[in-house]
Formats: sequence, C-alpha cells, structure tokens
Amino acid sequence: MSAATLSPATPAAPTITIEADPKISLRGHLRHTGALIRRNLLWIKQDPESMMDAVLMPVIFTLLFVYVFGGSIGQSLGGGQAAYVQYVIPGMVAMMSMNIAQGVGTGFNEDFNKGIMDRFRSLPIGRGSVLLAKISVELLRLVVAVTIQMIVALLVGYHINGHWAGLLASIGLTALFGSAIMWIFLVLGVTMKNAQSVQAMGFLVMMPLQFGSSIFAPTGSMPGWLQSFTAYNPMSALADASRGLMTGGPIAHGLTVTLAWTAGLTLVMAPIAIRKFTRKA
Amino acid sequence: MTRNDKNPESGRRVAVSVRGLVKHFGETKALDGVDLDVHEGTVLGVLGPNGAGKTTLVRCLSTLITPDAGQAVVAGYDVVRQPRQLRRVIGLTGQYASVDEKLSGRENLYLIGRLLDLSRKEARSRADALLERFSLTDAATRPARTYSGGMRRRLDLAASMIGRPHVLYLDEPTTGLDPRTRNEVWAEVTSMVRDGVTVLLTTQYMEEAEQLASELTVIDRGRVIASGGIDDLKAKVGGRTLRVRPADPLELHALARALDDRRPTGAAATVHTESGEVLVPIVSDDQLTAVVGAVTAHGVTIGSISVELPSLDEVFLSLTGQRTSAPQQVTPELEEVAV
Repeated sequence: MSAATLSPATPAAPTITIEADPKISLRGHLRHTGALIRRNLLWIKQDPESMMDAVLMPVIFTLLFVYVFGGSIGQSLGGGQAAYVQYVIPGMVAMMSMNIAQGVGTGFNEDFNKGIMDRFRSLPIGRGSVLLAKISVELLRLVVAVTIQMIVALLVGYHINGHWAGLLASIGLTALFGSAIMWIFLVLGVTMKNAQSVQAMGFLVMMPLQFGSSIFAPTGSMPGWLQSFTAYNPMSALADASRGLMTGGPIAHGLTVTLAWTAGLTLVMAPIAIRKFTRKA
Repeated sequence: MTRNDKNPESGRRVAVSVRGLVKHFGETKALDGVDLDVHEGTVLGVLGPNGAGKTTLVRCLSTLITPDAGQAVVAGYDVVRQPRQLRRVIGLTGQYASVDEKLSGRENLYLIGRLLDLSRKEARSRADALLERFSLTDAATRPARTYSGGMRRRLDLAASMIGRPHVLYLDEPTTGLDPRTRNEVWAEVTSMVRDGVTVLLTTQYMEEAEQLASELTVIDRGRVIASGGIDDLKAKVGGRTLRVRPADPLELHALARALDDRRPTGAAATVHTESGEVLVPIVSDDQLTAVVGAVTAHGVTIGSISVELPSLDEVFLSLTGQRTSAPQQVTPELEEVAV
C-alpha cells in the first residue's frame, strides 16, 4: 500500500493457484523426531538432577513398602516379609508406568510457557514429532527407573526364579501402557495454565489409581465398593499381568485388559493431544 | 489498489498479502478485517498499542492460529490451505525469545537446522556461520539461559534465519531491551533487509518503525486505521508545526506578541527562548500564509521559517484519538481508563 489512506480500500484478493500441501515423508518424520529426542536428551545432560525422580523414587518406594508394610501384609499372604517382596515388586514395576508418565505433562507445560513451542509449531515438521520425541525420552527414563527398581528389588531379597524373559516382557508392557498414559498427561500439559496445576491434577489422577489397585496389596480384603473399583482399574490389570509374567502365574486376563486399555487410551488421547497441541492459540 | 508511481515500492511484487482477516477469541474480535500488503524486500511496520491485534496477526500469518475469515497469502502460499509449504519460507522471532534456554547457542541452531531438513553436516555449518554472523561464536557452547537479553534476542534472530526465510516476522523484537541492545537488534535487522529479506515488523515504538520500516500500517482494536509511507502518513494527519525565527534575536518577544495578539491560526504560539524561535501549530497552507502576514503586519522581519512534520507519536495519538470519539466502540476497559 503505497499511497496513504486513512480508510483503507479493500482490493480484490489476489488469485493464487493452490497446490496440495505435500505430506512429510517417513524419513522426514524420523529425522524431526530424532532431532527433538536429541534435544530432550541434551536437557538431561545439561541438568542431570532431572533424573533424580526416576532414580530415587523406585529406591524409596521399594524400601518403604517392603520394610514398613512388608511384614504385616506378608503375614496375611502366609509368608512374612519375604512373601510380600515377591508380591509387591512386580506391582511396583507396573506402578512406574504412571509415576514416570506423570512428569511428561509438567515438562511439556513448561515448554509451552516459553516461546520455544511457537518456534516448533512454525516449522514444517509433523504435528506429532514434538510429542513423540517427548514420549520417547520419558520411556527411556522409565526403563532407567525400572532397572534401578529391579536392582534394589534383588538387594532386598526378590527372587527372579529364572523368569528373566517374563521380567523383560513385564518391562515392555509397562512401557507400552506408560506411553498410553503419557498422552493423557500431554493433554493436561497443553490445556492447563501452569506446571503446578498439571502436577496437582496428575497427583489427583494418580493416587486413587495406584493405591486403589492390586499393586500394593491383594484386593480380597478390601470393602466391596473398592473391589469393584480395583476390578476395573487398569493399574490392577497391569500389576496382575506383571505379576504373572515375573512369577510364572496366570497372565491372560491382566494382559488382555492392559492391552485393551493401552489401545483405547492411545486411540482416543493421542489425536486429542496432537489436536490440542496444533490448535493451541 | 491505488499506487503512487513516485513510490519506490510500487514496482515490487507483493510478498505478504492480507485481505479481510478476522480472528475472534470468544467475544473479543482480535482481528476485525485487516488488509495489508508487504512488498518484496521491504519492511512494513505494523504499529499499534497493546492489545491492538499485532501479535494475533503475526500468529495467523505464521500458521500458529487459524483465522476465522479472510485470506492471507505469504510468498504465494495460503496460510490456511498450504501451512507446511508456508512454514518453509518464513522466519519468526516472537516477543519472547523463543530459544531453548537449556541448550547451547550452537545446539539451538543445529536443532532448528535439522527440523528444517538440513543434513547433519549442513546443519552444523549453517549453525556456525550464523553464530559468527550474529557475534555469538564465543558463547556458542554455553547454555542460552546464561546469555544476556541482547545475546538471546540475537540467537533468536539467528534461529529465524536458518532456513533462509523469504519473509521474516518480527513481533516486537526490542520490547524490554535496553537502548544499546535495541540498537544492536536494529542493526541486525537492517543488514538482513539488505540481504533481501522481506520483513513484517510489529512494534509499539514509533522510533523503531521510523528506524526500520519504509511503510506503515497502524492498527487498533483489530482494525487498520491508517496505512502508507511514513512521510505520507505524517502529511495526511496534518498537525504540522511552524517554527519562525526573527532576523534579529532581540525581536523574539515582539514576534511572539504579534502572533499572540492576532492569533492568525486561532491557536496560541509558544516561545522557545533557547532556540530563539516561536512555534505555531498549523493545519493548512492557508494558515502558513496567515502567520507570515501577521508577522509582517507587525513589522518584524523573519529570519527563517520552517515547517515541521509531526512525530510518529503525534501521528499515532491523533489517529487513535479519532477513534475514541466513536462511543459505540468503546470497550469497558477503555472506559475505565478514560475515567
């Protein structure tokens, strides 16, 4: 507009030929996600303390439950503390899925409150790359946490009894379910105002699901209403599947329910998370 | 559109073309039918107060938000229908430095390079070249959070330049910077424009627009209230100031009396003792003649006389001032301010 106008005229819109926006190739997606994973790994290198939760939480939880509650709950299992160790460790492997997944929302929210997300969203990259990279790195943290958890478990007297393949399968299942849970926390991370509210919300979701399950104690002695909750709680299913895999017990029911929840949560929450991420004003 | 043939921009192609752009946030109309053009290789300053819709405009044009109506075409790509192609040709430097504070300067630039599909080697060399270009080589390996405000802003600009963008959006690039750092950023922007980048700059600072932009669009409450070349705009708004200096400095007060007695323009004259001038506001050429007539009639000899165009601050005040006289548009917040 070269001539000064106080009430601008509205000239006709320019005619342009629209060619379809090209899709991003699979290679492109991998490159972008890889570059973003590298970014999140550099964060850990830059700030090793951010791994503290993944390292310390399994140690503290294991020691706390085994030595504080282990003796008395173990008695009802008919074998004291040693029996409780065998019971609770597979459950704790399952618990890591949610404990680690929770952190994904907080970090993501912090990213959004700085300008960097605007930069990513103004680049020609796939809409899911930023989210997938975040999930990948969190899964790595999950594997670190479970590894430490198992080392502590062996130190407090857990017997693997040769179920190494079962242990690996259990870790895989936990990671799979964890990634599904992460989509929920990513949605929270995008929609909530600040990291504190994401954390508070995460805590509210996490506590009943973790404690109202078969992770820490058999559900048989719980009141009826709680038993109905635990029966449908996916954390119970995951803990049962994990217990089956790591001790050679029954796995069919727990595994099926866990996989169903994983598929359902991912199919519903991943598109919502990506959509919220893309559309965030 | 009407083109002024004397204007150097008239022959250039249009790099950014916006027609009737509308964006609502709930009840608020952040953009209420914005039209503007940015010509290739020029800087368009988008001037407006806080909340005028400047950032919303930039966010629409960089595909971060989808407009509710209207059309916007950047380097030939439609913001709604061709977002991916468009993202390849734009650079964005927001109001808040959008760099990763935990990464080093070099890692920040390398990351953006990879996301723009450069090979590892290209991304590395491009990062190093830009660090050099923006005088950040010494700080290349330090985390960006240890950078000063100016260094951060320079890193942000460097990040925007990785993909050799055709069009660069600068959203209030110097808000919150000290004057020295601001000058640094201005120098960088000027040199980028010399390299041929088209820039859409939003700012609240008249000085910044005057320094960097060749054309201006003034927006307020989501509407364009004026647009044109900076000088055109100033002339259009009128409100010039006449500076009259007597031939004999001792006649300064006689001159002031002459202008005060007769009030040839109806407005009071002000005496500037330090500069030895009398200042008279005028709005038309007739008033200029009347002033000269009044002075001569009083027997004072004029030494020099000059007409001063208004500053952009004055332009802006006068433009937004007009708007507040339309009461049906006054929003509750603005009423509170007015009380």
